[in-house]
Amino acid sequence: MPRVVVDVMPKPEILDPQGKAVLGALPRLGFQGVTDVRQGKRFELEFAGEITDAVLAEVHQMAETLLSNPVIENFTVHVEQPVEAQS
Amino acid sequence: MKVGVVTFPGSLDDVDAQRAVRIGGNEAVPLWHGDHDLNGVDAVVLPGGFSYGDYLRCGAISRFSPVMTEVIDAAKRGMPVLGICNGFQILCESHLLPGALIRNDHRKFVCRDQRLRIENNRTPWTSSYAADAEITIVLKNGEGGFVADDRTLDMLEGEGRVVARYLEVNPNGSLRDIAGISNERGNVVGLMPHPEHAVEDLTGAGTQGLGFFTGLVEASFA
Repeated sequence: MPRVVVDVMPKPEILDPQGKAVLGALPRLGFQGVTDVRQGKRFELEFAGEITDAVLAEVHQMAETLLSNPVIENFTVHVEQPVEAQS
Repeated sequence: MKVGVVTFPGSLDDVDAQRAVRIGGNEAVPLWHGDHDLNGVDAVVLPGGFSYGDYLRCGAISRFSPVMTEVIDAAKRGMPVLGICNGFQILCESHLLPGALIRNDHRKFVCRDQRLRIENNRTPWTSSYAADAEITIVLKNGEGGFVADDRTLDMLEGEGRVVARYLEVNPNGSLRDIAGISNERGNVVGLMPHPEHAVEDLTGAGTQGLGFFTGLVEASFA
């Protein structure tokens, strides 16, 4: 079943305290070289039928209305095809 | 006046808000998030807490509760609405107020007695304060950092819509020390600190929050 994924990220100009906390933890654990961390949210939406343009348009509406707050966040929408299990 | 206080699943300060409304000389009317009408109230308080568990974003789910449809309609017609803390977050998510509240810049929950300046005493909620009155009330939040773009901040300042500003300490990283704002008309006010916890000598930070609940009695809503 195909899945629609909505990724929501804080806008670049908005302070991201959670990302900052993660950034601070990395060197303490011995991970070097990371200069910035931004933390966002990922929504995986499952649909019973085919993912048509109309469905994608509706997902955009969902993202604008509920999944993100356009004042502080940006979002992207993409479709993920299922990966067949390898034997 | 009849002042409705909305209880959402996860509201914490609804009972204190009702009590503050009564001590302020008004009748408190409990409202439930699933209500489809406002039971004839003249004003509404959206209290603090963690409505719907703060899932998704603070206030994001509450904004779509049945009672909020009524509150938003009434606010647009001019009914006084006060959102405290989580209520402020709900008002921003409802787009009744501009900007948003994000996690405190220092990442810790903050709980303190906070000094404020009431910079706009022309709203129905602040009319009993003197111009530029300085008060101390309780502040407690994890996601109280007020943010908006520069254009919006300039507009709020230019139109006198910064209702309250933090003094001495900026407790949460709010831009320009903003603690509370109003909509253009002035009937909708959002405030991060908690005046309802400062209405009696017995507990809390004194009684300087009471003014938020006495102004309604005196105000005439033209």
